[in-house]
Amino acid sequence: MHFTINGATHAVEPDIRASLLDVLREHLGLTGTKKGCDHGQCGACTVLVNGRRINACLTLAVMHQDDDILTIEGLGSAEHLHPLQAAFIKHDGYQCGYCTPGQICSAVGMLDEVAKGWPSHVSADLETVTLDGAEISERMSGNLCRCSAYPNIVDAIAEVAGAERA
Amino acid sequence: MSDFTMNADHPGLAMDRGVQGVLGAGLDRSEGALKVSGTARYGYEHLVEGEVAYGYLITAPAAKGKVTGIDTDAARALPDVLDIIVDDPRIPRQAAAFGPAHAGNDEIDHWDQVVGVAVATSFEAARAAAKAVRVHVAIEPGHFDTMADIDKASGPPKDSRLQDIAKGDIDAAMAQAAVTIDQVYTTPNHVHAAMEPHASVAIWEGDSLTLHSSLQILKVARPVLAKALGIADDKVRILSPYIGGGFGGKMLGPDAVLAAIAAQKLGRPVKIAMARRQLFHNVYRRTDTNQRIRLAATEDGKLLAVGHDSVVSQGPDGGFMEPVALGSISLYDAPVRHFSHKVVTLDMVMAGAVRAPGEAVGTLALETAMDEMAEALGRDPIDFRKLNEPKVDPMTGAPFSTRGLVACLDRGAEAFGWAKRSAQPGQVREGEWLIGMGVSAAVRINLLVDSEARVTLSPDGRARIETDMTDIGTGSYTILAQIAGEALGLPMERIDVILGDTDLPPGAGSGGSFGAASAGSSVALACEDIVATLAERMGAKAQDMTLKDGHAVAGNRRVPLAELVGDAPLVAMGKISQGSNARTFSQAAHGAQFAEVAVNAVTGEARVRRMLGVFEAGRILNAKLARSQAIGGMIWGIGYALMEEAVLDQRHGQFVNQDLGEYHVPSHADVPPLDVLFLEEIDTHANPIGVKGLGELSISGAGAAVTNAIYNACGVRVRDFPLTLDKILAGLPEM
Ligand code: FES
Ligand code: FES
Repeated sequence: MHFTINGATHAVEPDIRASLLDVLREHLGLTGTKKGCDHGQCGACTVLVNGRRINACLTLAVMHQDDDILTIEGLGSAEHLHPLQAAFIKHDGYQCGYCTPGQICSAVGMLDEVAKGWPSHVSADLETVTLDGAEISERMSGNLCRCSAYPNIVDAIAEVAGAERA
Repeated sequence: MSDFTMNADHPGLAMDRGVQGVLGAGLDRSEGALKVSGTARYGYEHLVEGEVAYGYLITAPAAKGKVTGIDTDAARALPDVLDIIVDDPRIPRQAAAFGPAHAGNDEIDHWDQVVGVAVATSFEAARAAAKAVRVHVAIEPGHFDTMADIDKASGPPKDSRLQDIAKGDIDAAMAQAAVTIDQVYTTPNHVHAAMEPHASVAIWEGDSLTLHSSLQILKVARPVLAKALGIADDKVRILSPYIGGGFGGKMLGPDAVLAAIAAQKLGRPVKIAMARRQLFHNVYRRTDTNQRIRLAATEDGKLLAVGHDSVVSQGPDGGFMEPVALGSISLYDAPVRHFSHKVVTLDMVMAGAVRAPGEAVGTLALETAMDEMAEALGRDPIDFRKLNEPKVDPMTGAPFSTRGLVACLDRGAEAFGWAKRSAQPGQVREGEWLIGMGVSAAVRINLLVDSEARVTLSPDGRARIETDMTDIGTGSYTILAQIAGEALGLPMERIDVILGDTDLPPGAGSGGSFGAASAGSSVALACEDIVATLAERMGAKAQDMTLKDGHAVAGNRRVPLAELVGDAPLVAMGKISQGSNARTFSQAAHGAQFAEVAVNAVTGEARVRRMLGVFEAGRILNAKLARSQAIGGMIWGIGYALMEEAVLDQRHGQFVNQDLGEYHVPSHADVPPLDVLFLEEIDTHANPIGVKGLGELSISGAGAAVTNAIYNACGVRVRDFPLTLDKILAGLPEM
């Protein structure tokens, strides 16, 4: 089977039991995507599949024939940072850095959901969504950070999205 | 070698005279670009499929009993399986703290105990094999209830940091005082839940082992691992440059020992990550606590007695005791003082260090009781605390090295708008929500440990710092460069920091909030020698020479450092050792925590709306990173106040919520914007660079500020942590 990762096509023969996460990390050596729980409970493994954020530990690799997958490595590099990556550095949106690639990929997917007008649990208006700190916090709650950099993560995302923080 | 023992204050460092302007500045994390781009490599990420075999831990489904057989045939028959290792006498039972974990898998003494490892060419095959192993246990009844076995409790272990203390007669003081509080507070078992699971890759070359892992204190982990494997210390090299969170939990895990055993047996590298659910029972926990607080006061609010007596639990291997009263001992003035601990042995995983052992849970009880006492006296909780501020350590009579508690309370009260708080609970309402404010003192003892570092100034004018110190998200990479940059007059980009490798000089490691003080002092001391040599070559006294932007300036000369260094690099060692200042002065970091909480009058749900932490933690090395550590601790406080609890099944001795979906740590939506203020006071009695620990201080008192705010919001006092909505709802008036 094959899929596209960060713009390049890969032909792989994954074990049918292998999660997309383990194929990325252990088969393709893309270790930027992290494993925190392997249970869909922490968000450390968040990647974008056809533009939507998913937990790569909760999906089997064999389900992704022809899919377009974007990981943290494809978003930007240490030399050429994506604006969100740069904002995480500026706002210190991390400490140990282990949840960070997942937070950043999740933020990319989340901002796209907002752009499409999808409401969340805290949206006051189901038609027009205004992104603010509360919306960001709510929508990012699938990404745990035990170092608890949450306020800084929200600041970083708000800055990139041009959203009011409070 | 610049070797300094803290028997007196250091006479003054080049760092203090520095003009580079990097020290203290809120600079970005040095390794930031590697972390945000996913290129920083954590332990498990060395070697991938094809280069390494995969191990998956085999565990037993019982808490107590004898292993009568381990059936491995089905597992061995599965494809891609290399070995099932269950018969090595070195198999560790759980994570080790400061000594090797008890080895051997014939007896089970805690739920989900590790009994071996399945090894295969892929992770999927190893996992399937581990699950196919049948562990037969003749189950015996176990002990899982701390208070049920209180009669069998013992006192503090001999080597415990904290022994029982009694000064005066607390029973008499309580009987005679005008106002008293005598309450019991309970806290549940907690886990570290670092986002990166414990994981190791073991590679043997001949009889030497290289371990890529995720460990906090390498100079401790190395001998423990060597002993567990039965080899000499110098045959073990551990690399741990990036660590996905530690919080006290990453001393040495069974993953490390079993990866080494399997790699040795198979003659190829082996990697093992513990599964999230395995971590809950195979890494030491923070014990449950039962804390009795007794306070006696005069009518005008002067404390006459403080008592903090706790019952904690421990696993059969014993060792560590949670020093619950650690922060209480010297916090408030009172002539009569009583602090004790009882330890009950349970058939559970060991109890060990989790962020701020002692203060993290001790302040939940003491600072709630202080709030209760303030109300009983009809006094403002801040005024009440200030009224009982000691001038010297109330236990030993020693002077405080620095003490900023009152200043933090005052500064915080002003910044938080404390004057707007209604003393009467339940007075502020916004729709369904009742709003309240709470305060707590924060305290954390201050430690210094032996630490060494090497600093090299190269002919190209770059400096290199080397120590086996670790960075667990605490900012070591950045602050060590800031210290050297200030001392040597170098911009950050001309300094390389190499950490987390046992081949380097033994540093403090990360734990007990001693890392920055200890490792930082060793780097500053090494720089002293380099500055002395540079001064000599400039023909000037070190005090008369200015170092800035890679140049030395003295007299009328400005010379590039590269020129002064010449052909051979300048290499210097720095070493700091603990000394008598630890006893001459009472050392602790202090702070004040403020919270505003909304409690839903219908459901009892509590939401933190804002928080402020004001901290006095000595010199602040990096304003941005210090703030991050502070908010991290405050958020842990929110977790301890409102949600964190490993729920024990008393029948089987198992935590029933052994994953991140059910063991609730705070998430984005639980956390409002937080404010942090530092009242900087350089504490030169504590260590040469004048810093104090911060990572643990910030959790101290944070939870009590939240729960005191809950009381102020709705008038419901819950003493059984965490304050989940069911407990609050039970106290709310009928609608
Ligand atoms: S590793 Fe996928 S959600 Fe935790
Ligand atoms: S930065 Fe450590 S878990 Fe988020």
